[in-house]
Amino acid sequence: MTDVLPFLKSLVSVSGLSSFETPVARIIEEKWRPLVDEVSISRVGSLHGLKKGSGASPRPSVMIAAHMDAIGMSVSKITDGFLHITNIGGIDVRVLPGAAVNVHASGSGEELPAVIAMPPANLLPESVGDGVVGINYLLVDTGLTPREVEKKVRVGDQISFANEAMVLAGDVISGHSLDNRASIAALTVCLQELQSKAHLWDVWATATVQEEITYLGAYSSAFELRPQIAVAVDGTFAKGPGANGWQTFQMGKGVGLCFGPNMHPFLHKKLKELAEKLEIAWFLDVTPAHSSTDAFPMQTTAEGIPTALVEFPFRYMHTPVEMVSVKDVYRAGRLLAEFVASLDADFMDSIAWE
Amino acid sequence: MPTFGNAQLKLLERLCNVVAVSGDEAEVRKIVLEEVKPYADEVKVDALGNVLVTKFGRARGEKRMRVMLDAHMDEVGFMIVADDGEGIYRFETVGGMDVRHLVGKQVFVGRECIPGVIGAKPVHLMSPEERTKKVQIDVLRVDVGPAGKAKVGDRAGFATKFRRVGPSILSKSIDDRIGVATLIELVKHAPSNIDLCAAFTVQEEIGLRGAKVAAYYFNPDLAIAIDSTPARDLPVFDGGENMTYNTKLGLGPAIYIADGSTLHDPRLVRFLQETAEAEKVPYQIRQPGGGGTDSGAIQRSLAGIPAVSVSVPHRYTHSPISISRVDDWKNTINLLHAALKRVTPSLITIR
Repeated sequence: MTDVLPFLKSLVSVSGLSSFETPVARIIEEKWRPLVDEVSISRVGSLHGLKKGSGASPRPSVMIAAHMDAIGMSVSKITDGFLHITNIGGIDVRVLPGAAVNVHASGSGEELPAVIAMPPANLLPESVGDGVVGINYLLVDTGLTPREVEKKVRVGDQISFANEAMVLAGDVISGHSLDNRASIAALTVCLQELQSKAHLWDVWATATVQEEITYLGAYSSAFELRPQIAVAVDGTFAKGPGANGWQTFQMGKGVGLCFGPNMHPFLHKKLKELAEKLEIAWFLDVTPAHSSTDAFPMQTTAEGIPTALVEFPFRYMHTPVEMVSVKDVYRAGRLLAEFVASLDADFMDSIAWE
Repeated sequence: MPTFGNAQLKLLERLCNVVAVSGDEAEVRKIVLEEVKPYADEVKVDALGNVLVTKFGRARGEKRMRVMLDAHMDEVGFMIVADDGEGIYRFETVGGMDVRHLVGKQVFVGRECIPGVIGAKPVHLMSPEERTKKVQIDVLRVDVGPAGKAKVGDRAGFATKFRRVGPSILSKSIDDRIGVATLIELVKHAPSNIDLCAAFTVQEEIGLRGAKVAAYYFNPDLAIAIDSTPARDLPVFDGGENMTYNTKLGLGPAIYIADGSTLHDPRLVRFLQETAEAEKVPYQIRQPGGGGTDSGAIQRSLAGIPAVSVSVPHRYTHSPISISRVDDWKNTINLLHAALKRVTPSLITIR
């Protein structure tokens, strides 16, 4: 087993905001190319890696999807060299003041390092006071003169988080965009495991676009690839400061197998049995309605696709310091590989309701 | 005459990247001692941890003025105050900080610089009402990872890395490493007409405490605090004129007239202005107002010491990333060096 941590670090060292995924897609493509038989890119930018199975043609296929896009911001207006911003995806506005960012300046083609500025109270409406300053009042400062900014930056340019990932004690990594690049790493672990593991089915490792906004990538790739079954890989909430409710789980203590209307109960059961058999630590995560993951769109694509959701817990979701256990990434990757390998020729016939 | 270039910027980078929270200034002290020792006539580390450097003048005859220059080594930051287990720690701020700058930031903890992050409840798990409320420090934690070991009492600071961008510097702790770097340059290029008394002080951010005893030790004829002051030169939300900018980036060193703790010595203010004009160094007057620098503590020491304050402007005070202009710094060094050369006893003669 090769060490996945350097790859994961490289994944969170680049941007790739929703609809601008190319920088991260390139890194994933390079990593997957030797692990799969074919690489293709969907019409809307999702990356497909096909690893062919050994079964007789036409073979059934399983799609394993993780989204590669990240949340961020874009420039909405420029005043005296300061950039006004708006969000791309579900930004937690409380983490923005003082955050290190890169402005992807389309006028000059540069990545400009910058900081998100919280203007002092005397420059804000009185109603804001010392409360949470809304994104419409925050500014981005590149340190350049207004003239340079006017030359380089345009309205609509993306702004991504720029802090470097940190590896912390206890086999955890913290950084921006680990949601959901950590799952891309898990898919990669799965592909690595499958190099030495026989599987009858075709596998479509899929890095989807725009999950954070509209699930565009998962909808469109599921339609194009038309797999027999689909598995989404994404994050759930870890226990941690301020997070201790029923939706939260111990980080580093196993993978989550999600149960609820977005998931086919038979697939859920199979994954559970497999995890038990292989002694891969797991926990049950229930979602009463919408799972807010790629499992949601994939399930209702075309005539409907039996779908499962494998997850691992993240601390500090949607902040620049998201935290995830590298052990959980391996667990998820291994479970996915074992699941793929366990699919036999008549698996679809065995899927049963009551 | 001090030169200005890469060597000076490299020194500032080293100074900015280390963590030295008020009360634990060791990392900056090490760099200061290493830099000044070859140039100093006397070096003393005092009871509080100030580095006190004397460089005697060479001029004979006329009484040499003892000029105290001050820059504080400490920065705002955090102290770990309780262990919640599994690598999660409670902390308090040290120095004036806005809690709104803390969520989601990376920090270094303790002398070993253990990496950690300041985490809070994820936005998805908050009620709409909670999302609009300002975060309180008692719900924030430093997380150094499940196997991480910090100690109660450890200091922590932002993990920001120094960067040069176009005409600017983006860094933590520009306040007051830019003053420390300035003072190191002035020790290295001390003019011979004065006795230069350089105080690299501790605990400025928690009440100007190092400067108080440093002034007593030096007993100078006059003093200049070299600090970094906020530039609030941002647009006003409604497009109106910004009347309360304090200082503006790019207009040169900011000379203080009055702040929350000092009415700066008018003779020294005038002297600095005349020097700047004679030497064609751009400068600005900091808008009179609140705040304060070490000059407040120095002025009230002993039988009173004529004191003034000169600052390099920076935006985003006491936050993870501040921004200053390289030219403002260069002009601050030039102004101060030119001023020192012009110091004579008549400067503070009472007529």
